[in-house]
Amino acid sequence: MSISVQLRHQFQGFALEAQFDVPSGVTALFGRSGSGKSTVIRAIAGLFAPDEARVVINGRVLCDTGAGICLPPHKRRIGTIFQDARLFPHLSVRQNLDYGRRFSARDVPEAEVAQMVEMLGIGHLLDRRPAGLSGGEQQRVAIGRALLSGPDLILADEPLAALDEARKDEILPYFERLRDEVSIPILYVSHSPAEVARLATTVVAFEAGRVTGQGGAVEILGDPNLMPAGVHGAGALIPARVQAHHADGLTELSAGGVPLFLPTLDAVLGAQVRLRIAAQDVILSPARPKGLSALNIMPGTIAQIRMGEGPGVMVSLATPAGVVLARVTKRSAAALDLKQGMPCHAVIKSVSIARQTVARGAVPLGAGEVRDGK
Amino acid sequence: MTEQVAHWFGLGAAEWQAVALSLKVAFWAALLSLPLGVFVAYALARWRFAGREILNGFVHLPLILPPVVTGYLLLMTFGARAPFGAALQEIGIVLAFRWSGAALAAAIMGFPLMVRAIRLSIEAVDPKLEEAATSLGASPIRVFWTVTLPLALPGVLAGVVLAFAKALGEFGATITFVSNIPGQTRTLPSAIYAFLQVPGGESAALRLVMISIVLAMGALILSEFLARRMAKRGRGA
Repeated sequence: MSISVQLRHQFQGFALEAQFDVPSGVTALFGRSGSGKSTVIRAIAGLFAPDEARVVINGRVLCDTGAGICLPPHKRRIGTIFQDARLFPHLSVRQNLDYGRRFSARDVPEAEVAQMVEMLGIGHLLDRRPAGLSGGEQQRVAIGRALLSGPDLILADEPLAALDEARKDEILPYFERLRDEVSIPILYVSHSPAEVARLATTVVAFEAGRVTGQGGAVEILGDPNLMPAGVHGAGALIPARVQAHHADGLTELSAGGVPLFLPTLDAVLGAQVRLRIAAQDVILSPARPKGLSALNIMPGTIAQIRMGEGPGVMVSLATPAGVVLARVTKRSAAALDLKQGMPCHAVIKSVSIARQTVARGAVPLGAGEVRDGK
Repeated sequence: MTEQVAHWFGLGAAEWQAVALSLKVAFWAALLSLPLGVFVAYALARWRFAGREILNGFVHLPLILPPVVTGYLLLMTFGARAPFGAALQEIGIVLAFRWSGAALAAAIMGFPLMVRAIRLSIEAVDPKLEEAATSLGASPIRVFWTVTLPLALPGVLAGVVLAFAKALGEFGATITFVSNIPGQTRTLPSAIYAFLQVPGGESAALRLVMISIVLAMGALILSEFLARRMAKRGRGA
């Protein structure tokens, strides 16, 4: 299972030049709005014809402009989940789900439909028209419709961007189940570090039409060079293990031997999780701080300091638990005289580790595992 | 039975003949121009090609040209001695001075109205839905049949109704092309015209005028109703 993509296209004043090879699982195409991610998705789907393109999925060449091959979108066997659900308004939910099945290259049995309906929790909606559904329900039907068309690959183009926070939390678990229970690879476009942290096994980072990095989620999200200081919500991923549930409403995790406390987590003891720690929630202190209300203190060494264009500085701290990113002001960095190689402590408030950014399940969790999976 | 209906409306045989012929001519004119109408409307709505504006202008010509000009052009193209007319005659299709010719004239005069209505309804179909259908494996022709056409259907029906109503009232091109032959090409307007040319024909003409008004109003109300249905559907209801 592999997806190989090479694209080149010259827009007016903007060049797209993307190349990546990713394994199965959920690959996040991650970057700011306007960085070219959606164009890449459209090109893979065949909805946009770039100047040069080569797209190969599991050895099947979908497009190779060099060899003069370019399959039309309906022959590519790619299911696309759009930002807007794009359900057919004249068809019922059931007919929408069946739409792609009719054209599927492989026979999608009725049992698979029933299983998908159950998994997405849309059984009670089957006879309704899309117009009567909530945004979240519509998107769930759209996910089912794409999967039942028997695709070799699922493209999800910011599938949560049009939904409010509550709806996002409603849909995200379904994508986690897809990742864990369905073997179809997924390319997931997002500009939200939280979504990427929770879903992605592999990350391809985009910046101004170019791929700036690709690899395991832990490495890419923890790399300050790929997370510009200005980027909203940059933050590192920390793999951890559930150690204990305490009576005062806190769950204790162990990350590389460092204890971390956060509000009660719905996970069994010993379960592997990964936390996203937003760079803006981290305080740095060269000396081990005392008399502080924050519970989580991680010792480490400054691995890199990256100046941003604004007042911010992105500091990456190598800790026993992995890389932690901290965003501090240039003024603080100067006052503390932060330097590469200097021992330092990262201080994180328990409550700032938001519960919805904690991912669990069959994600490659340990940093080592992610590296192996590359 | 038809005589009973005619009697019920207080129509004489000649008047009834004109009404029945008009309905027949309008029916076939609307029905046979529909496939081409949908095709041209789709091309104008969705395709970008050289000569698109020319096609658009050409479709609209009958709306602007004096009908007598359209009728004369038809005569020059499909008349018994005209190249096309002669060729069609070879395969047994005679248009000149036949009701079929009246249907052709009516179809051409109603064509711009039909294309406009269908084009608007196709343009109202969100191309994103067609894209979604493509991504689910539907070929372009299947996308058309399963998504575009069903969503544009109310507009297509409105176009058919408009073309039908226009065909019922067509006079200038018809009389120029196929003359005014009772039972063959004397449609409602031609019959009204003929009755007005003879002394004592006014009451018969008036009855036909009333029927024309009823038919035209009925068609307009139906097309308005369909247009409203379409607008409602466009909102996803």
